[in-house]
Amino acid sequence: MNKDCTSPFDVLVVGGGPAGMAAAMRAAECGMNVGIVDDNARLGGQIWRAAVSSDSHDKEAAKWQSLFGAASVTTLCGKRVFHQSEPGVLWAEGSDDLIALRYKNLILATGARERFLPFPGWTLPNVMGAGGLQAMVKSGLPIAGKSVVVAGTGPLLLAVAAYLRQQGAAIPIVCEQAPWSALLRFAGSLVKWPAKIAQTFRLKKEMAGTPFVANSWPVAAQGQGAIESVTISRGGSLETIPCDYLACGFHLVANIELPSLLGCEIRGGYVNVDEFQQTSLPGIFCAGEPTGIGGVEVSLVEGEIAGLAGAGAKSQAQRLFKKRAKLRNFAGALDRAFALRSELRSLASPQTLICRCEDVSYARVEEHTSWRSAKLHTRCGMGPCQGRICGPVTEFLFQWSPESVRPPIFPSRLKSLGAATAKAPEPVVVTRSSVKPRPLGMGM
Amino acid sequence: MPMPSAVTLTVNGAEVSVPQGATVAAAVAMAGQPCRVSVSGSPRGPLCGMGICFECRVRIDGRSHCRSCQILCEPGMDVKTDE
Ligand SMILES: Cc1cc2nc3c(=O)[nH]c(=O)nc-3n(C[C@H](O)[C@H](O)[C@H](O)COP(=O)(O)OP(=O)(O)OC[C@H]3O[C@@H](n4cnc5c(N)ncnc54)[C@H](O)[C@@H]3O)c2cc1C
Ligand code: FES
Repeated sequence: MNKDCTSPFDVLVVGGGPAGMAAAMRAAECGMNVGIVDDNARLGGQIWRAAVSSDSHDKEAAKWQSLFGAASVTTLCGKRVFHQSEPGVLWAEGSDDLIALRYKNLILATGARERFLPFPGWTLPNVMGAGGLQAMVKSGLPIAGKSVVVAGTGPLLLAVAAYLRQQGAAIPIVCEQAPWSALLRFAGSLVKWPAKIAQTFRLKKEMAGTPFVANSWPVAAQGQGAIESVTISRGGSLETIPCDYLACGFHLVANIELPSLLGCEIRGGYVNVDEFQQTSLPGIFCAGEPTGIGGVEVSLVEGEIAGLAGAGAKSQAQRLFKKRAKLRNFAGALDRAFALRSELRSLASPQTLICRCEDVSYARVEEHTSWRSAKLHTRCGMGPCQGRICGPVTEFLFQWSPESVRPPIFPSRLKSLGAATAKAPEPVVVTRSSVKPRPLGMGM
Repeated sequence: MPMPSAVTLTVNGAEVSVPQGATVAAAVAMAGQPCRVSVSGSPRGPLCGMGICFECRVRIDGRSHCRSCQILCEPGMDVKTDE
């Protein structure tokens, strides 16, 4: 079957995580001509990426992979959407190509990233996100015999610690900044979500022998050339622990850059959607973490609803509303349990870098009263990550609100930008044979 | 790691063998190198592991600013961490 991207997809899905895969599959089952595009070389998103590409014991991933495989979906991997030139035309860049993707209906399933917070030494090599280190290990980083301190906040910490231990790492401690009271309340509420509670029990067994401490957070990392030890605050006193890696993340931040660029209404950091997962823009749907951080189950059901609604199968979509409502409560419980404590605002010293791309220190950023002013005068947030790391940092530290998003939402080659912003775009024709998943390179 | 060892590439001229399916970021770490040097001269390595932070960027076969955590190793790749 030859498909070229010059004729519009009935339904185009951006993001190939659980939400995007479920959406594409359901829309394709309704007989739509469906395309899915992902930045990564493999589908699966943050949780299933490695599982989708290799023999995996993850039953849920395997089930969805086979459902997805049976549906007829044009898959474009290693392509990152960076611009919309006119309504109905998105532009994506690969390592050495550029594609215009035309659509009638669009589903945004762009997922989430970890939140990072600055403390002295957080820029040392081998200080990574918790999910970040997990992703690195899943993609080949040897971790057996290494000592990894896991710290920050959120349910991801325990999942990552358990995974790293399975892979042979030693985990001297898992530090959770939330107080016991909040965690106990959260644990109590888990009964409402049977699958979740089973998951927690399993983790507990896997974690036996690893101290999990609440009210604890990293205050500094030390090392020559790479981390050698981390100092943590624990029950009011400081403790320094030698380690090879610090896996540290403070829960998740929704990737709302693309929805914002298109003009979708954002509320409280999340994309606002109606009961059919439709955004404030008709024909543009959003599913998964960008509508609220709720984990893989709610992402899947939101994806299914968006896929069905995007294909016009509204009554089928409606049948999933009840399931979604139950799972969504979980998202709210997560946000409450893992709210960031105010002590984390005072970890950075004046010399600690806030913007890692442009090396802008806390002292320089602090002189400003808005994100905009700091950007203009210090270049904070002007580097290649475009504020994806330091934006959420300044939001937490100084309560600055992000600016409106402007294209391109990722750094792109000048040539791509030129083509994507020209009045009459000449899209590259993509045939089925040329859209095999391929690694992505980045040029600027 | 369940992946069979298969791919050989070079990082700053030194040969590294990695399992099939490993990313360039994993190869650079196995070679014991940071990925880049920041504008004020400090070494940096991967942070997010998912293509967002750009801390893992390296030069691959002469092409600058490649996010090594998003790219799979290929035989004979020439990776440089001199950016
Ligand atoms: C680093 C990390 C690790 C995690 N690990 C776990 C875990 O171990 N267990 C667990 O239960 N949950 C984990 N989570 C939570 C997990 O993200 C969710 O449960 C689930 O994966 C959400 O699915 P999703 O489809 O909404 O988003 P994601 O899985 O995040 O998928 C979004 C996809 O969109 C793509 N994308 C985004 N923007 C663009 C663009 N502009 N162009 C092209 N493609 C784009 C991304 O490459 C990504 O593949 C993790 C989250 C993160 C951030
Ligand atoms: S580690 Fe963040 S982009 Fe590669």
